[in-house]
Amino acid sequence: MSATPQSIPTDIFGKPVNPQKGDSYLTHDRGILSWLLTLDHKRIGLMYMVVILASFLLGGIFAIVLRTMLAMPGANQANHASYTDEQLAQISVNNDFYNQAFTLHGAVMVFMFIIPAIPAILGNFVLPMMLGAKDVAFPKLNLLSYYCWVGGGLFFVWVLGKGILNTIFPGMVEFWGSGGLDTGWTFYTPYSTSTGTAATAAVAGVFILGFSSILTGVNFIATIHTLRPKDMGWFQMPLFVWGLYATAIMQVLATPVLAITLMLLLAERMLGIGIFDPALGGDPVLFQHFFWFYSHPAVYIMIVPAMGIISEIMSVFSRKRIFGYAFIACSSVCIAIIAFIVWGHHMFTSGQSDLLNAIFSFLTMSVAIPSAIKIFNWLATMYKGAIVLETPMLYAMGFIWLFTIGGLTGVYLAALSIDMHVHDTYFIVAHFHYVMVGSMMFGLLAGMSYWWPKMFGKMYHEGWSKVAAILIFAGFNLTFFIQFIAGSLGMPRRYATYPPEFAIYHHISTLGSYILATGLFIVLGVWIHSLVRGRPAPANPWGANSLEWHTKSPPLHANFEKTPLATDPYDFDDWRWDENVGGYVMNENTHHEEKTAQTK
Amino acid sequence: MGSGMLIVLAQTRGIGMPEPVSTFASEVDWLWNFVTIVSVFFTALNLGLMAYFVYRYRQKDRNDLPHGQHHNTTLEITWSVIPLIIVLAIFVWGFRGYLSMATPPANSLEFMATTWKWAWEFTYPNGFKTNELHVPADKPIQVVLESRDVIHAFYVPEFRTKRDIVPGRYNKIWFQVDSEPNGVAFNGAIETETLPDGSKKYTDHGAKKYRLYCAEYCGTNHSKMQAYVYIHTQEGYNAWLAAASNWQEGLPPVQVGQKLYSLKGCNTCHSLDGSRGNGPSWKNLFGYPQMLKSGDSKVADEAFIRQAILEPNSQGIVGYQPVMPKLNLKESDVSALIAFIKSQSDKGPYPQTSPALKNGR
Repeated sequence: MSATPQSIPTDIFGKPVNPQKGDSYLTHDRGILSWLLTLDHKRIGLMYMVVILASFLLGGIFAIVLRTMLAMPGANQANHASYTDEQLAQISVNNDFYNQAFTLHGAVMVFMFIIPAIPAILGNFVLPMMLGAKDVAFPKLNLLSYYCWVGGGLFFVWVLGKGILNTIFPGMVEFWGSGGLDTGWTFYTPYSTSTGTAATAAVAGVFILGFSSILTGVNFIATIHTLRPKDMGWFQMPLFVWGLYATAIMQVLATPVLAITLMLLLAERMLGIGIFDPALGGDPVLFQHFFWFYSHPAVYIMIVPAMGIISEIMSVFSRKRIFGYAFIACSSVCIAIIAFIVWGHHMFTSGQSDLLNAIFSFLTMSVAIPSAIKIFNWLATMYKGAIVLETPMLYAMGFIWLFTIGGLTGVYLAALSIDMHVHDTYFIVAHFHYVMVGSMMFGLLAGMSYWWPKMFGKMYHEGWSKVAAILIFAGFNLTFFIQFIAGSLGMPRRYATYPPEFAIYHHISTLGSYILATGLFIVLGVWIHSLVRGRPAPANPWGANSLEWHTKSPPLHANFEKTPLATDPYDFDDWRWDENVGGYVMNENTHHEEKTAQTK
Repeated sequence: MGSGMLIVLAQTRGIGMPEPVSTFASEVDWLWNFVTIVSVFFTALNLGLMAYFVYRYRQKDRNDLPHGQHHNTTLEITWSVIPLIIVLAIFVWGFRGYLSMATPPANSLEFMATTWKWAWEFTYPNGFKTNELHVPADKPIQVVLESRDVIHAFYVPEFRTKRDIVPGRYNKIWFQVDSEPNGVAFNGAIETETLPDGSKKYTDHGAKKYRLYCAEYCGTNHSKMQAYVYIHTQEGYNAWLAAASNWQEGLPPVQVGQKLYSLKGCNTCHSLDGSRGNGPSWKNLFGYPQMLKSGDSKVADEAFIRQAILEPNSQGIVGYQPVMPKLNLKESDVSALIAFIKSQSDKGPYPQTSPALKNGR
């Protein structure tokens, strides 16, 4: 990094790209319509990036709102005695606001950020290129899935946001009607069928969002089956592709169950058909079975693609072939299968039969094995490697840390007698934030910083990027580790107010959330700075060998100049560091020439 | 490592857990500590290896390409089988602990917990009802759980157990607290205290008090849906129950009504100071006209209030959702509540005597 690299774009051989021929997918067509109606998987990926990161911002703002409310004196019941009646009345209004706020935070984060983020942004952008293809199998379906997302998402945010705005500006209810949602993202019946908030409309929004997920899943399965290069077998695929494949299977098989469940919920709310509401002869626990039959696989939909990203990064930044390729690939599929048979562990305290509880506890324990396999293989990849601590690797190592803690605390929850104590407490809040947010968010940030140069053809500021990664890591642990302790001491979740003995834990957690937010805003700053002033990215800044690095940054509209041959994604021998380019270049006279000669 | 592990396991209390009170606590906390040791070990192992590898194998030259081993079936099987054995052991112990929680002994003393948004009502074997759960120590206690509206949950952290309260089905929870390790005693007397509002409070100073939470999200005042569980000795329990069952005796109806106001959970929705809740405030409710959703306006007299209590939501006051639950009240309770509501209005017969108004609440 000592010499100043060239400030002009270069191709994979390190040769300057002729500015006249410098066409890329970003400049191929111009005008707003060329984006809105594009069938290019890369542009669709970027459009997903904009809307999904906007959702992340919205969900994040409400996370800060929640944490701030919980740190304010009104949340601590110790002080109530000294309060005036007006203040006490205000606290009751605050409870309603809090309930809507945590519902918005949870629902927006789960349905609009965590579930779609990695497949829709990075999967769309990278998957076809990893396969050496020009696009996904069904480009029009891809665009349709995007508009399902935008339509469902806008509707959902409109409905939930109205409730929040009505609380702040009570007069507006005359203008745009009531709305809001206070059921939590889980929509548990009979609360959700009896609440005065707009559960029906919100459920319809999630229903539409679900179709986006199904269509993306179908598209990825078809792409992986049909668009691999001739000489790329299943076990020559990059591990991120395996992760996306396992995810797509879960999306296609599980999401329709959510759609059916939501339809039944709508039927009950609108037509009064008794399915879940005991007042109408239904069974509320049946809803929980249906809901978790989707939502448990959904948890793995969130994490499995992140694991794929970590596998790529661990190998590339250890400069060494991934350890135990087949075990990592199969463990992804294994997790996808187990995902479908552990849903009952969300209902250990619901009164379901002891036999069912035992079976679900046993099956849940088995998730530990594929998870352990992945972690140990990643560590073995680092062993005797040549480890490069660039930003993507920092996030990947952070992922391993958070996933280790998240995974092991899952063992506590799977153990029946312990779960009776910590179920529905902050212990579980901390656990699923470690697994879903910590791990998935670190996977996304690792992937974004890894593929960013490819996506935009610009490098980012490495120093600030590392500062952000460290702040996010520290802030995350401060926010959520303390919640394990609050939870084991008995602090119930979804509480707007709490007994005074828990105040200290809430204050520390809130402090952590501010640090976490600061780190995330620095990332945003680093990205914007990169787009505006970043130096041109070389074709292969990290020396990776999967096919997306075999084209210039940013790629052509058609991805590659000529259809590439399959490569071994974890063999980095052909790439040599070039100080002038600031990245890795391929020796034009050796392997590549021979290989392309063979194809002709 | 070995001796440290034994010391931690020998403690009955789980690391970072609340006071171990029920008979389940020792088994849960033992397993908790075991899982914690396993977790700390594997976390330290993973992070230690990661830190060591980063230190030892940092890249020195951009073109370093180590070609180490990248496959080892023996290793893969080892690190699959060891965690498998550990989690299976945890499963078995967890299930054994759970089975004892799930099976109430046949000789349990039975109570009933009735819940609604956002209140608890406990029914004692003699039929007495109150919003606190008082039980004897050294005896298995079973609580039948009933919900009138949405799902709630019964959770006492010190007891290490929890159960959802699902409308339309009866779940049960049981526990036992032994008096000796928890210092439960009885000093031979129940202290009777007359509160400023004229109602009576009965205290057994040897009893232990634990907080009972609703642990399943149930709406606006979910976090306020708390109650207390008191553990007495058998004598203390008998004495307390005898005294408390008699609480209405000798009290004027207004004071009975005031007591019912909090006992029955009316206070979660109806304020006494005019502030807006889920239901209309009782301040100056009686004797004033109410706008109804039908478009009529009716003066809230005794008959109006009686109908509002016995047939909730049947009249529909403008500006309020129909969320009031139907309560199971004796005729004398209804009269007492009406007397109390009247006392809160300046159109009532005795505004000056209202203790609540004098206190400003």
